[in-house]
Amino acid sequence: MKASLEQIEPLLRDLAPRALATLMRRCDDFAAAEDAVQEALIAASAQWTREGLPDAPCAWLVRVAQRRLTDHVRSEIARRRREATVAAEGSFAATACAGEEEVGRDPDEALVLLFMCCHPALSTTSAIALTLRAVGGLTTAEIARAFLVPESTIGQRISRAKQSIKASGIPFRMPDAGARSERLSSVLHVLYLIFNEGYTTSSGSALHRTDLSNEAIRLARQVQALLPQNGEVAGLLALMLLTDARRAARTGPHGELIPLDEQDRNRWDREAIAEGLALASHALSLGSVGEYQLLAAIAAVHDEATRVEDTDWPQIRALYDMLLRLTDNPMVALNRAIATAMVEGPAAGLALIETLRDDERLRHSHRLDAVRAHLLERSGEREMAAALYRQAASKTTSIPERNYLLMKAEG
Amino acid sequence: MKYMLIMNTPRDGYAQYMKWPRKLLEANAVFMQAFTKKLKEAGELVAAEGLGSPDQAKLVRAGQDGKPITDGVFPESKEFLAGYWIVDVEGEERALRIAAEASTAPGQSVTRSDGSTIDHLWIEVRQVMGSHEDVE
Repeated sequence: MKASLEQIEPLLRDLAPRALATLMRRCDDFAAAEDAVQEALIAASAQWTREGLPDAPCAWLVRVAQRRLTDHVRSEIARRRREATVAAEGSFAATACAGEEEVGRDPDEALVLLFMCCHPALSTTSAIALTLRAVGGLTTAEIARAFLVPESTIGQRISRAKQSIKASGIPFRMPDAGARSERLSSVLHVLYLIFNEGYTTSSGSALHRTDLSNEAIRLARQVQALLPQNGEVAGLLALMLLTDARRAARTGPHGELIPLDEQDRNRWDREAIAEGLALASHALSLGSVGEYQLLAAIAAVHDEATRVEDTDWPQIRALYDMLLRLTDNPMVALNRAIATAMVEGPAAGLALIETLRDDERLRHSHRLDAVRAHLLERSGEREMAAALYRQAASKTTSIPERNYLLMKAEG
Repeated sequence: MKYMLIMNTPRDGYAQYMKWPRKLLEANAVFMQAFTKKLKEAGELVAAEGLGSPDQAKLVRAGQDGKPITDGVFPESKEFLAGYWIVDVEGEERALRIAAEASTAPGQSVTRSDGSTIDHLWIEVRQVMGSHEDVE
Protein backbone atom coordinates (compact mmCIF):
# COMPACT_ATOMS: atom_id res chain seq x y z
CA MET A 1 0.00 0.00 0.00
CA LYS A 2 1.29 3.42 -0.94
CA ALA A 3 1.85 5.98 1.76
CA SER A 4 1.22 9.71 1.39
CA LEU A 5 3.84 12.37 1.92
CA GLU A 6 1.70 13.85 4.69
CA GLN A 7 2.03 10.52 6.46
CA ILE A 8 5.70 10.02 5.74
CA GLU A 9 7.19 13.43 6.40
CA PRO A 10 6.35 13.79 10.10
CA LEU A 11 7.47 10.23 10.68
CA LEU A 12 10.80 10.82 8.95
CA ARG A 13 11.40 13.99 10.92
CA ASP A 14 10.81 12.09 14.11
CA LEU A 15 13.03 9.19 13.06
CA ALA A 16 15.93 11.22 11.61
CA PRO A 17 17.68 12.13 14.89
CA ARG A 18 17.11 8.62 16.28
CA ALA A 19 18.67 7.02 13.23
CA LEU A 20 21.60 9.42 13.41
CA ALA A 21 22.12 8.79 17.11
CA THR A 22 22.08 5.04 16.45
CA LEU A 23 24.72 5.43 13.76
CA MET A 24 26.83 7.63 16.00
CA ARG A 25 27.09 4.81 18.55
CA ARG A 26 29.58 3.04 16.33
CA CYS A 27 30.91 5.78 14.15
CA ASP A 28 33.10 8.68 15.11
CA ASP A 29 32.55 10.59 11.89
CA PHE A 30 29.57 12.82 12.56
CA ALA A 31 29.72 14.52 9.17
CA ALA A 32 29.62 11.24 7.24
CA ALA A 33 26.91 9.74 9.47
CA GLU A 34 24.71 12.82 9.08
CA ASP A 35 25.14 12.77 5.30
CA ALA A 36 24.24 9.07 5.27
CA VAL A 37 21.04 9.70 7.25
CA GLN A 38 20.10 12.57 4.94
CA GLU A 39 20.51 10.26 1.92
CA ALA A 40 18.48 7.58 3.65
CA LEU A 41 15.69 10.09 4.36
CA ILE A 42 15.52 11.04 0.70
CA ALA A 43 15.52 7.36 -0.32
CA ALA A 44 12.80 6.60 2.25
CA SER A 45 10.62 9.42 1.02
CA ALA A 46 10.81 8.08 -2.54
CA GLN A 47 10.43 4.39 -1.76
CA TRP A 48 7.76 4.62 0.93
CA THR A 49 5.46 6.75 -1.23
CA ARG A 50 5.68 4.00 -3.90
CA GLU A 51 5.62 0.90 -1.74
CA GLY A 52 4.16 1.97 1.56
CA LEU A 53 5.73 2.06 5.00
CA PRO A 54 8.07 -0.79 5.97
CA ASP A 55 7.22 -2.81 9.10
CA ALA A 56 10.03 -1.23 11.11
CA PRO A 57 10.61 2.22 9.62
CA CYS A 58 13.39 3.23 11.98
CA ALA A 59 15.31 0.00 11.42
CA TRP A 60 14.83 0.47 7.66
CA LEU A 61 16.25 3.96 7.88
CA VAL A 62 19.21 2.88 9.98
CA ARG A 63 19.92 -0.02 7.62
CA VAL A 64 19.93 2.18 4.51
CA ALA A 65 21.95 4.92 6.22
CA GLN A 66 24.37 2.30 7.51
CA ARG A 67 24.83 0.99 3.97
CA ARG A 68 25.52 4.50 2.66
CA LEU A 69 27.94 5.10 5.48
CA THR A 70 29.73 1.82 4.77
CA ASP A 71 30.02 2.76 1.09
CA HIS A 72 31.42 6.11 2.10
CA VAL A 73 33.90 4.54 4.51
CA ARG A 74 35.05 2.04 1.90
CA SER A 75 35.67 4.71 -0.70
CA GLU A 76 37.35 6.80 1.96
CA ILE A 77 39.67 3.92 2.83
CA ALA A 78 40.41 3.37 -0.84
CA ARG A 79 41.18 7.03 -1.24
CA ARG A 80 43.51 6.98 1.75
CA ARG A 81 45.26 3.90 0.40
CA ARG A 82 45.75 5.67 -2.89
CA GLU A 83 47.21 8.56 -1.00
CA ALA A 84 49.39 6.06 0.87
CA THR A 85 48.41 7.30 4.29
CA VAL A 86 47.46 4.78 6.90
CA ALA A 87 46.29 7.19 9.56
CA ALA A 88 42.90 6.63 11.12
CA GLU A 89 42.14 3.54 9.10
CA GLY A 90 41.41 1.60 12.23
CA SER A 91 38.50 3.74 13.24
CA PHE A 92 37.05 3.59 9.76
CA ALA A 93 37.23 -0.17 9.71
CA ALA A 94 35.40 -0.33 13.00
CA THR A 95 32.68 1.85 11.55
CA ALA A 96 32.39 -0.25 8.46
CA CYS A 97 31.39 -3.37 10.39
CA ALA A 98 28.90 -1.71 12.72
CA GLY A 99 26.04 -4.20 12.96
CA GLU A 100 22.29 -4.03 12.82
CA GLU A 101 21.79 -3.41 16.47
CA GLU A 102 18.49 -2.80 18.06
CA VAL A 103 17.31 0.68 17.22
CA GLY A 104 16.74 2.17 20.58
CA ARG A 105 15.37 5.40 21.85
CA ASP A 106 18.11 6.47 24.20
CA PRO A 107 16.99 9.89 25.41
CA ASP A 108 20.53 10.99 26.18
CA GLU A 109 21.59 10.43 22.58
CA ALA A 110 18.98 12.84 21.25
CA LEU A 111 20.21 15.45 23.69
CA VAL A 112 23.85 14.87 22.82
CA LEU A 113 22.94 15.38 19.18
CA LEU A 114 21.29 18.72 19.96
CA PHE A 115 24.20 19.83 22.12
CA MET A 116 26.52 19.06 19.24
CA CYS A 117 24.50 20.88 16.58
CA CYS A 118 24.10 23.96 18.78
CA HIS A 119 27.69 24.03 20.00
CA PRO A 120 28.87 27.56 20.77
CA ALA A 121 31.87 27.00 18.46
CA LEU A 122 29.45 27.21 15.52
CA SER A 123 28.11 30.45 14.11
CA THR A 124 24.41 30.81 14.84
CA THR A 125 23.46 30.60 11.15
CA SER A 126 25.41 27.32 10.88
CA ALA A 127 23.94 25.94 14.09
CA ILE A 128 20.41 26.71 12.91
CA ALA A 129 20.89 24.98 9.56
CA LEU A 130 22.59 21.95 11.09
CA THR A 131 19.98 21.58 13.84
CA LEU A 132 17.12 21.73 11.36
CA ARG A 133 18.72 19.03 9.23
CA ALA A 134 20.31 16.65 11.74
CA VAL A 135 17.73 16.95 14.52
CA GLY A 136 14.73 18.35 12.67
CA GLY A 137 15.05 15.90 9.79
CA LEU A 138 14.43 18.60 7.17
CA THR A 139 16.13 18.29 3.81
CA THR A 140 18.62 20.88 2.61
CA ALA A 141 16.07 22.00 0.01
CA GLU A 142 13.38 22.55 2.65
CA ILE A 143 15.72 24.58 4.84
CA ALA A 144 16.77 26.66 1.82
CA ARG A 145 13.13 27.38 0.98
CA ALA A 146 12.45 28.39 4.56
CA PHE A 147 15.29 30.91 4.56
CA LEU A 148 14.78 31.98 0.94
CA VAL A 149 18.37 31.25 -0.06
CA PRO A 150 19.78 28.84 -2.69
CA GLU A 151 19.98 25.19 -1.71
CA SER A 152 23.74 25.14 -2.37
CA THR A 153 24.21 27.93 0.17
CA ILE A 154 22.53 25.91 2.91
CA GLY A 155 24.49 22.84 1.82
CA GLN A 156 27.73 24.79 2.23
CA ARG A 157 26.60 26.16 5.57
CA ILE A 158 25.97 22.65 6.84
CA SER A 159 29.26 21.29 5.61
CA ARG A 160 31.08 24.26 7.16
CA ALA A 161 29.33 23.57 10.43
CA LYS A 162 30.49 19.98 10.30
CA GLN A 163 34.05 21.07 9.54
CA SER A 164 33.97 23.33 12.59
CA ILE A 165 32.75 20.43 14.71
CA LYS A 166 35.53 18.24 13.38
CA ALA A 167 38.20 20.91 13.79
CA SER A 168 37.21 21.77 17.35
CA GLY A 169 37.24 18.07 18.31
CA ILE A 170 33.86 18.17 20.05
CA PRO A 171 33.23 14.61 21.20
CA PHE A 172 29.85 12.94 20.68
CA ARG A 173 28.97 12.56 24.32
CA MET A 174 27.11 14.33 27.06
CA PRO A 175 28.93 17.50 28.17
CA ASP A 176 30.28 17.46 31.73
CA ALA A 177 27.87 18.53 34.43
CA GLY A 178 29.72 21.82 34.79
CA ALA A 179 29.32 22.76 31.14
CA ARG A 180 25.84 21.36 30.68
CA SER A 181 23.77 24.40 31.64
CA GLU A 182 25.78 26.71 29.40
CA ARG A 183 25.49 24.24 26.53
CA LEU A 184 21.77 23.92 27.15
CA SER A 185 21.36 27.67 26.92
CA SER A 186 23.00 27.56 23.45
CA VAL A 187 20.46 24.94 22.43
CA LEU A 188 17.56 27.02 23.71
CA HIS A 189 18.93 30.11 22.00
CA VAL A 190 19.10 28.32 18.64
CA LEU A 191 15.53 27.02 19.03
CA TYR A 192 14.36 30.50 19.96
CA LEU A 193 16.03 31.95 16.84
CA ILE A 194 14.35 29.32 14.67
CA PHE A 195 11.01 30.23 16.22
CA ASN A 196 11.61 33.94 15.57
CA GLU A 197 12.63 33.24 12.01
CA GLY A 198 9.27 31.61 11.42
CA TYR A 199 7.38 34.40 13.11
CA THR A 200 6.29 35.89 9.80
CA THR A 201 3.11 37.28 8.48
CA SER A 202 1.23 35.02 6.12
CA SER A 203 1.54 37.32 3.12
CA GLY A 204 3.39 37.13 -0.16
CA SER A 205 6.52 35.05 -0.30
CA ALA A 206 6.09 34.15 3.35
CA LEU A 207 3.20 31.91 2.34
CA HIS A 208 5.48 29.25 0.93
CA ARG A 209 7.93 29.10 3.77
CA THR A 210 8.41 25.88 5.64
CA ASP A 211 6.83 26.56 8.97
CA LEU A 212 9.85 27.25 11.13
CA SER A 213 7.78 28.27 14.16
CA ASN A 214 6.07 24.89 14.21
CA GLU A 215 9.41 23.22 13.73
CA ALA A 216 10.88 25.14 16.67
CA ILE A 217 7.89 24.19 18.83
CA ARG A 218 8.28 20.55 17.85
CA LEU A 219 11.99 20.56 18.76
CA ALA A 220 11.31 22.42 22.02
CA ARG A 221 8.71 19.76 22.88
CA GLN A 222 11.33 17.07 22.37
CA VAL A 223 13.80 18.83 24.64
CA GLN A 224 11.08 19.35 27.23
CA ALA A 225 10.20 15.65 27.15
CA LEU A 226 13.87 14.87 27.77
CA LEU A 227 14.34 17.46 30.53
CA PRO A 228 10.89 17.81 32.12
CA GLN A 229 12.25 19.31 35.34
CA ASN A 230 14.18 22.13 33.68
CA GLY A 231 12.41 25.47 34.20
CA GLU A 232 14.00 27.29 31.28
CA VAL A 233 13.17 24.50 28.82
CA ALA A 234 9.54 24.53 29.97
CA GLY A 235 9.65 28.33 29.91
CA LEU A 236 10.86 28.45 26.32
CA LEU A 237 8.22 25.99 25.11
CA ALA A 238 5.54 27.93 27.02
CA LEU A 239 6.75 31.20 25.49
CA MET A 240 6.58 29.73 21.99
CA LEU A 241 3.08 28.29 22.51
CA LEU A 242 1.70 31.45 24.12
CA THR A 243 3.14 33.63 21.34
CA ASP A 244 2.17 31.31 18.50
CA ALA A 245 -1.38 31.08 19.88
CA ARG A 246 -2.00 34.62 18.60
CA ARG A 247 -0.82 33.80 15.08
CA ALA A 248 -4.23 33.89 13.34
CA ALA A 249 -5.12 37.21 14.95
CA ARG A 250 -1.77 38.82 14.23
CA THR A 251 -2.27 39.50 10.52
CA GLY A 252 -5.11 41.03 8.55
CA PRO A 253 -6.47 39.74 5.22
CA HIS A 254 -3.77 41.58 3.23
CA GLY A 255 -0.88 40.56 5.42
CA GLU A 256 -1.05 43.73 7.47
CA LEU A 257 0.21 43.61 11.01
CA ILE A 258 -2.34 43.81 13.82
CA PRO A 259 -0.81 44.81 17.17
CA LEU A 260 -1.65 42.97 20.37
CA ASP A 261 -4.08 45.62 21.64
CA GLU A 262 -6.16 45.55 18.44
CA GLN A 263 -6.29 41.79 17.89
CA ASP A 264 -9.56 39.86 17.79
CA ARG A 265 -8.93 37.72 20.83
CA ASN A 266 -11.60 35.23 19.76
CA ARG A 267 -9.16 34.15 17.10
CA TRP A 268 -6.48 33.18 19.60
CA ASP A 269 -5.79 29.48 19.86
CA ARG A 270 -7.32 28.55 23.24
CA GLU A 271 -5.84 25.07 23.25
CA ALA A 272 -2.30 26.36 22.75
CA ILE A 273 -2.90 28.99 25.43
CA ALA A 274 -4.12 26.39 27.93
CA GLU A 275 -1.06 24.24 27.27
CA GLY A 276 1.25 27.26 27.45
CA LEU A 277 -0.29 28.47 30.72
CA ALA A 278 0.09 25.07 32.34
CA LEU A 279 3.72 24.86 31.20
CA ALA A 280 4.48 28.41 32.31
CA SER A 281 3.19 27.78 35.83
CA HIS A 282 4.98 24.41 35.93
CA ALA A 283 8.17 26.25 34.87
CA LEU A 284 7.82 28.83 37.63
CA SER A 285 7.22 26.11 40.23
CA LEU A 286 10.61 24.57 39.51
CA GLY A 287 12.60 27.07 41.52
CA SER A 288 15.31 29.18 39.95
CA VAL A 289 13.76 31.63 37.55
CA GLY A 290 15.31 32.39 34.16
CA GLU A 291 14.66 34.70 31.24
CA TYR A 292 12.47 32.36 29.19
CA GLN A 293 10.30 31.63 32.21
CA LEU A 294 9.73 35.34 32.78
CA LEU A 295 9.05 36.03 29.11
CA ALA A 296 6.58 33.15 29.14
CA ALA A 297 4.93 34.55 32.28
CA ILE A 298 4.53 37.93 30.55
CA ALA A 299 3.04 36.27 27.45
CA ALA A 300 0.73 34.34 29.80
CA VAL A 301 -0.58 37.51 31.45
CA HIS A 302 -1.41 38.93 28.01
CA ASP A 303 -3.07 35.71 26.86
CA GLU A 304 -5.17 35.43 30.02
CA ALA A 305 -6.89 38.76 29.34
CA THR A 306 -10.00 38.05 27.28
CA ARG A 307 -10.35 41.79 26.62
CA VAL A 308 -7.37 44.13 26.19
CA GLU A 309 -8.62 46.34 29.06
CA ASP A 310 -8.47 43.33 31.39
CA THR A 311 -4.68 43.09 30.99
CA ASP A 312 -2.96 42.99 34.36
CA TRP A 313 -0.32 45.65 33.64
CA PRO A 314 0.99 45.94 37.23
CA GLN A 315 1.76 42.23 37.05
CA ILE A 316 3.49 42.64 33.68
CA ARG A 317 5.57 45.51 35.04
CA ALA A 318 6.59 43.43 38.05
CA LEU A 319 7.71 40.65 35.70
CA TYR A 320 9.77 43.10 33.62
CA ASP A 321 11.34 44.33 36.87
CA MET A 322 12.44 40.77 37.60
CA LEU A 323 13.66 40.33 34.03
CA LEU A 324 15.75 43.49 34.27
CA ARG A 325 17.56 41.99 37.22
CA LEU A 326 18.67 39.10 34.98
CA THR A 327 19.60 41.04 31.87
CA ASP A 328 20.67 44.53 30.87
CA ASN A 329 18.94 44.18 27.50
CA PRO A 330 17.65 47.66 26.61
CA MET A 331 14.64 46.11 24.82
CA VAL A 332 13.51 44.77 28.17
CA ALA A 333 13.88 48.24 29.68
CA LEU A 334 11.85 49.62 26.78
CA ASN A 335 9.07 47.11 27.32
CA ARG A 336 9.09 47.90 31.02
CA ALA A 337 8.56 51.57 30.11
CA ILE A 338 5.47 50.56 28.12
CA ALA A 339 4.12 48.59 31.09
CA THR A 340 4.80 51.60 33.34
CA ALA A 341 2.91 53.84 30.95
CA MET A 342 -0.04 51.45 31.08
CA VAL A 343 -0.04 51.56 34.90
CA GLU A 344 0.80 55.20 35.60
CA GLY A 345 0.07 56.98 32.34
CA PRO A 346 2.12 57.90 29.26
CA ALA A 347 4.16 60.62 31.01
CA ALA A 348 5.72 58.09 33.39
CA GLY A 349 6.60 55.84 30.45
CA LEU A 350 8.12 58.72 28.48
CA ALA A 351 10.21 59.72 31.49
CA LEU A 352 11.69 56.22 31.65
CA ILE A 353 12.40 56.25 27.93
CA GLU A 354 14.40 59.48 28.30
CA THR A 355 17.04 57.49 30.15
CA LEU A 356 17.24 55.01 27.27
CA ARG A 357 17.68 57.50 24.46
CA ASP A 358 21.46 57.60 24.84
CA ASP A 359 21.80 53.83 24.78
CA GLU A 360 24.08 53.00 21.87
CA ARG A 361 22.40 49.62 21.41
CA LEU A 362 19.04 51.24 20.66
CA ARG A 363 20.36 53.86 18.27
CA HIS A 364 19.53 51.98 15.09
CA SER A 365 16.45 50.26 16.44
CA HIS A 366 13.06 51.43 15.28
CA ARG A 367 11.47 50.22 18.51
CA LEU A 368 12.56 53.19 20.62
CA ASP A 369 11.03 55.66 18.15
CA ALA A 370 7.90 53.56 17.76
CA VAL A 371 7.31 53.34 21.51
CA ARG A 372 7.94 57.05 22.01
CA ALA A 373 5.54 57.79 19.15
CA HIS A 374 2.89 55.61 20.72
CA LEU A 375 3.19 57.23 24.14
CA LEU A 376 3.27 60.75 22.69
CA GLU A 377 0.16 59.93 20.71
CA ARG A 378 -1.55 58.86 23.91
CA SER A 379 -0.51 62.16 25.53
CA GLY A 380 -2.21 64.03 22.68
CA GLU A 381 1.04 65.09 20.96
CA ARG A 382 -0.17 64.08 17.50
CA GLU A 383 2.41 65.91 15.43
CA MET A 384 5.46 64.76 17.33
CA ALA A 385 4.04 61.25 17.33
CA ALA A 386 3.55 61.26 13.56
CA ALA A 387 7.13 62.39 12.97
CA LEU A 388 8.46 59.64 15.23
CA TYR A 389 6.27 56.98 13.60
CA ARG A 390 7.79 57.96 10.25
CA GLN A 391 11.29 57.91 11.71
CA ALA A 392 10.63 54.41 13.08
CA ALA A 393 9.24 53.33 9.69
CA SER A 394 12.46 54.38 7.99
CA LYS A 395 14.51 52.25 10.39
CA THR A 396 12.65 48.95 10.45
CA THR A 397 13.66 46.19 8.04
CA SER A 398 10.29 44.47 8.19
CA ILE A 399 7.86 45.40 5.44
CA PRO A 400 4.62 44.72 7.40
CA GLU A 401 6.00 46.67 10.32
CA ARG A 402 6.96 49.60 8.10
CA ASN A 403 3.49 49.67 6.60
CA TYR A 404 1.92 49.57 10.04
CA LEU A 405 4.08 52.45 11.31
CA LEU A 406 3.29 54.56 8.24
CA MET A 407 -0.44 54.01 8.81
CA LYS A 408 -0.04 55.11 12.42
CA ALA A 409 1.74 58.24 11.24
CA GLU A 410 -1.26 59.02 9.06
CA GLY A 411 -3.46 58.62 12.15
CA MET B 1 20.15 38.81 7.83
CA LYS B 2 20.35 39.61 4.16
CA TYR B 3 22.28 42.50 2.72
CA MET B 4 22.74 43.74 -0.80
CA LEU B 5 26.24 44.93 -1.61
CA ILE B 6 25.95 47.37 -4.45
CA MET B 7 28.63 48.46 -6.85
CA ASN B 8 27.87 51.74 -8.59
CA THR B 9 29.88 53.34 -11.34
CA PRO B 10 30.04 56.92 -12.50
CA ARG B 11 28.24 57.73 -15.73
CA ASP B 12 31.27 56.92 -17.88
CA GLY B 13 32.39 54.04 -15.66
CA TYR B 14 31.79 51.39 -18.31
CA ALA B 15 33.68 53.45 -20.92
CA GLN B 16 36.59 53.76 -18.48
CA TYR B 17 36.49 50.01 -17.87
CA MET B 18 36.63 49.26 -21.59
CA LYS B 19 39.97 51.07 -21.76
CA TRP B 20 41.62 49.13 -18.95
CA PRO B 21 44.86 47.35 -19.92
CA ARG B 22 44.44 43.64 -20.42
CA LYS B 23 46.38 42.71 -17.29
CA LEU B 24 44.06 44.74 -15.13
CA LEU B 25 40.97 43.30 -16.79
CA GLU B 26 42.26 39.81 -16.15
CA ALA B 27 43.17 40.54 -12.55
CA ASN B 28 39.72 41.99 -11.99
CA ALA B 29 37.97 38.99 -13.52
CA VAL B 30 40.08 36.56 -11.47
CA PHE B 31 39.32 38.50 -8.30
CA MET B 32 35.59 38.62 -8.92
CA GLN B 33 35.37 34.93 -9.66
CA ALA B 34 37.38 33.92 -6.61
CA PHE B 35 35.48 36.35 -4.39
CA THR B 36 32.07 35.01 -5.40
CA LYS B 37 33.28 31.44 -5.05
CA LYS B 38 34.51 32.18 -1.54
CA LEU B 39 31.13 33.61 -0.54
CA LYS B 40 29.42 30.55 -1.96
CA GLU B 41 31.68 28.21 -0.03
CA ALA B 42 31.11 30.16 3.16
CA GLY B 43 27.39 29.46 2.79
CA GLU B 44 26.67 33.18 2.60
CA LEU B 45 25.87 33.85 -1.05
CA VAL B 46 22.26 34.35 -2.10
CA ALA B 47 22.84 35.93 -5.51
CA ALA B 48 25.42 37.88 -7.50
CA GLU B 49 24.98 39.59 -10.82
CA GLY B 50 26.80 42.09 -12.98
CA LEU B 51 24.80 44.40 -15.21
CA GLY B 52 25.30 45.47 -18.81
CA SER B 53 26.37 48.99 -19.70
CA PRO B 54 23.87 51.76 -18.97
CA ASP B 55 24.33 52.82 -22.62
CA GLN B 56 22.13 49.85 -23.47
CA ALA B 57 19.58 50.53 -20.75
CA LYS B 58 16.03 51.59 -21.52
CA LEU B 59 13.54 53.41 -19.41
CA VAL B 60 10.07 51.96 -19.70
CA ARG B 61 6.57 53.05 -18.72
CA ALA B 62 3.13 51.99 -19.80
CA GLY B 63 1.38 54.10 -22.45
CA GLN B 64 -2.37 54.81 -22.65
CA ASP B 65 -2.97 51.37 -24.16
CA GLY B 66 -0.82 49.69 -21.50
CA LYS B 67 1.89 48.88 -24.01
CA PRO B 68 5.47 49.78 -23.17
CA ILE B 69 6.88 53.12 -24.18
CA THR B 70 10.64 53.08 -24.03
CA ASP B 71 13.09 55.87 -23.70
CA GLY B 72 16.83 56.22 -23.36
CA VAL B 73 18.76 56.32 -20.11
CA PHE B 74 17.57 58.81 -17.54
CA PRO B 75 19.60 61.89 -18.52
CA GLU B 76 20.27 63.25 -15.05
CA SER B 77 21.63 60.03 -13.50
CA LYS B 78 25.19 60.52 -12.36
CA GLU B 79 25.82 57.01 -11.10
CA PHE B 80 24.64 53.66 -12.34
CA LEU B 81 24.28 50.24 -10.80
CA ALA B 82 27.06 48.03 -12.16
CA GLY B 83 26.41 44.87 -10.17
CA TYR B 84 25.50 43.47 -6.82
CA TRP B 85 25.86 40.61 -4.37
CA ILE B 86 23.14 39.54 -1.97
CA VAL B 87 24.57 37.81 1.08
CA ASP B 88 22.87 36.15 4.02
CA VAL B 89 25.07 36.68 7.07
CA GLU B 90 25.05 36.79 10.86
CA GLY B 91 24.89 40.55 11.06
CA GLU B 92 25.90 43.91 9.68
CA GLU B 93 29.50 43.65 10.82
CA ARG B 94 30.08 40.64 8.58
CA ALA B 95 28.32 42.33 5.64
CA LEU B 96 30.63 45.33 5.99
CA ARG B 97 33.70 43.09 6.04
CA ILE B 98 32.59 41.38 2.84
CA ALA B 99 31.90 44.77 1.23
CA ALA B 100 35.33 46.03 2.21
CA GLU B 101 36.89 42.99 0.58
CA ALA B 102 34.77 43.49 -2.55
CA SER B 103 36.02 47.06 -2.78
CA THR B 104 39.61 45.85 -3.13
CA ALA B 105 38.92 44.37 -6.58
CA PRO B 106 41.80 45.32 -8.90
CA GLY B 107 40.88 48.31 -11.00
CA GLN B 108 41.87 51.81 -11.98
CA SER B 109 41.25 54.81 -9.85
CA VAL B 110 37.85 56.23 -10.54
CA THR B 111 36.82 59.81 -11.09
CA ARG B 112 33.49 60.33 -9.37
CA SER B 113 30.72 62.58 -10.56
CA ASP B 114 31.80 65.32 -8.13
CA GLY B 115 35.30 65.33 -9.64
CA SER B 116 37.01 63.52 -6.74
CA THR B 117 39.17 60.49 -7.42
CA ILE B 118 39.08 57.26 -5.43
CA ASP B 119 41.32 54.22 -5.69
CA HIS B 120 38.50 51.74 -5.60
CA LEU B 121 34.79 51.77 -6.10
CA TRP B 122 32.68 52.24 -3.06
CA ILE B 123 30.43 49.39 -2.12
CA GLU B 124 27.05 50.44 -0.86
CA VAL B 125 25.62 48.11 1.80
CA ARG B 126 21.84 47.94 2.16
CA GLN B 127 19.81 45.61 4.30
CA VAL B 128 17.18 43.58 2.48
CA MET B 129 13.74 44.01 4.00
CA GLY B 130 11.78 40.98 5.09
CA SER B 131 8.33 40.06 6.26
CA HIS B 132 9.50 39.10 9.73
CA GLU B 133 8.38 40.81 12.88
CA ASP B 134 10.22 41.05 16.13
CA VAL B 135 8.81 38.92 18.88
CA GLU B 136 8.10 41.24 21.77
